[in-house]
Amino acid sequence: MATPSALKRISDTIWELPRGYKEGMLVPARIFATEKLIREMDDGVFEQVTNVACLPGIVNYAYCMPDGHWGYGFPIGGMAAFDPKTGVISPGGIGFDINCGMRLLTTNLTLEEVRPRIKELVDMLFYRVPSGVGSTGFLRLSQDEFRDIIEEGSRWCLKRGFAWPEDIELTEERGCFEGADANKVSRKSIERGFDQVGTLGSGNHYCEIQVARPENVFDSELARTFGFTLPNQIAVMFHCGSRGFGHQVATDYLQTFLKVMEPRYGIKVRDRELACAPFNSKEGQDYFAAMKCAANMAFVNRQMILHRIREVFSVVFNRSPEDLGLNMVYDVTHNTAKLEEHTIDGKKTRLLVHRKGATRAFAPGMEGVPARYKEAGQPVIIGGSMETGSYLLAGVKTGGHAFYTTAHGSGRTMSRHQAKRMYRGSSLQHDMEERGIYVRSVTWGGLAEEAGAAYKQIDDVVEATELAGLSKRVLRLLPIGNIKG
Amino acid sequence: MPYRYLGDIATADVAFEATGKSLEEAFTSAAEATLNVMIDEPDRIERKEAVDVELENDDLEMLLFDFLNELVYYKDSRKLLLRVDEIKIEDEGQFRLAAKLYGEKLDPLKHPLGADVKAVTLHRFSLSKSDDGWKATAVLDI
Repeated sequence: MATPSALKRISDTIWELPRGYKEGMLVPARIFATEKLIREMDDGVFEQVTNVACLPGIVNYAYCMPDGHWGYGFPIGGMAAFDPKTGVISPGGIGFDINCGMRLLTTNLTLEEVRPRIKELVDMLFYRVPSGVGSTGFLRLSQDEFRDIIEEGSRWCLKRGFAWPEDIELTEERGCFEGADANKVSRKSIERGFDQVGTLGSGNHYCEIQVARPENVFDSELARTFGFTLPNQIAVMFHCGSRGFGHQVATDYLQTFLKVMEPRYGIKVRDRELACAPFNSKEGQDYFAAMKCAANMAFVNRQMILHRIREVFSVVFNRSPEDLGLNMVYDVTHNTAKLEEHTIDGKKTRLLVHRKGATRAFAPGMEGVPARYKEAGQPVIIGGSMETGSYLLAGVKTGGHAFYTTAHGSGRTMSRHQAKRMYRGSSLQHDMEERGIYVRSVTWGGLAEEAGAAYKQIDDVVEATELAGLSKRVLRLLPIGNIKG
Repeated sequence: MPYRYLGDIATADVAFEATGKSLEEAFTSAAEATLNVMIDEPDRIERKEAVDVELENDDLEMLLFDFLNELVYYKDSRKLLLRVDEIKIEDEGQFRLAAKLYGEKLDPLKHPLGADVKAVTLHRFSLSKSDDGWKATAVLDI
């Protein structure tokens, strides 16, 4: 794919499209990538990141991470910070799956202990963590209880015995976006999501049993801090979000913003998926409070899935979750907007930071990093394809030039359609099993769509974030078992 | 009720083009295209439940957007897989849609599952009239 001729190389890993690239750009656009990755980026990234640069109140640059690819409104991998007084909030900068995110936990088991039980583990996880179209969770909640969940986040799970105190400490925002207001979400959104707590969903959502091989540990000190102390230690990683509830919140406010944006606020956008409202308007604040509800639902969703994973391991190994060391490393979101304080030209400034397919990566010592990781920096969890592996990284002090943000995944390079034409789910499952990865999916087609070759090389993406000073590699995790929606 | 999926529009998601001789047919084709992303073999859906949908919008394209979103809503909230039985769209200053849908609850043992549709998006969303009828294009976030 050809990159735009106006693309300037600022450094080995920073590329810029200047304000003159497109009429209406208020700031330049910056893309973090190696030369290889920028050459592979689809045209949508350049088009969309420069559309974002036209949004009112944007500060410094419109950014895109090394895993950037075409999205709705913002590119996936997009990040933009806005002045809360003059800027906007846009669902297109957050994604339909609000607080889609990653959670990682360790075990004190090794590959040798888990390999013989892998089918049993994956099969039981497959039944106890529902996935796929229309799946419902094991919690039987009333809609009123669901309203409590979306305002309280993970605290709700702690009160009911579904969380350990340290789970809360090790979740971004301690598992609750404060200021969530259940009165700002529609009846429809609650009806779509209230019985989906504890479900994975489908698409690229998954739960994976992984191994940290000694040769894949890049920083053994950080690895130890994050709970990886054994050779060939087993971990569990999963990826999911706020399910139908969050999707409906995003759809509702997309429609609201489309109606008021131009007549009431005089804002024109280049793409309807960039519909927005001033952050300081009634509609903007309503969406912010509703988005927080969806973010909290996603935290609870991942907490309940963690609870199920602990139960499954406990049953299979006939030992308690505590005894098995089923401890959280971290839970990090990659689809949100948050008010954060950052330094611009030496001045502390409050910003509304949109991250869409982009992960917060706070540096050592920053407020918001759990106390036990103060020296290490915030853990960053980057999921790869189900065949190639994933990474644990850490935030670094040099990340300030991207408001401490890094990549979130590997990014697709092949359409689902094409992947389904090229791979057959059943033979892929067989091939993967031969290579030591036992996978279960509710649909063969869905499995084929997620074939490793449909994704960018995650090693390239992660290396680019390190070269760009956005995050640092701690270790690479290889799959041995996977359940897919 | 013809529709086809477009492979090259949305790398991470699903795009389709749906056509019909009338506006009603195009809406029906688009509904079928959306349903067929969520499950295979929609012809196996039986007539067990009925749902009436009434919508209005001053923008015809957004009326289709609302209509497809209803299908996603019923799939999650009532686990219903729905097909169009009757549909009427009228222009009374506002565009009004009245549809009778039929279908049954999703049963993974009966309906081979596809991908869960998170949302209908407005990316390249369009509804246009041509010489031989209407054509809708949509991208679904999955």
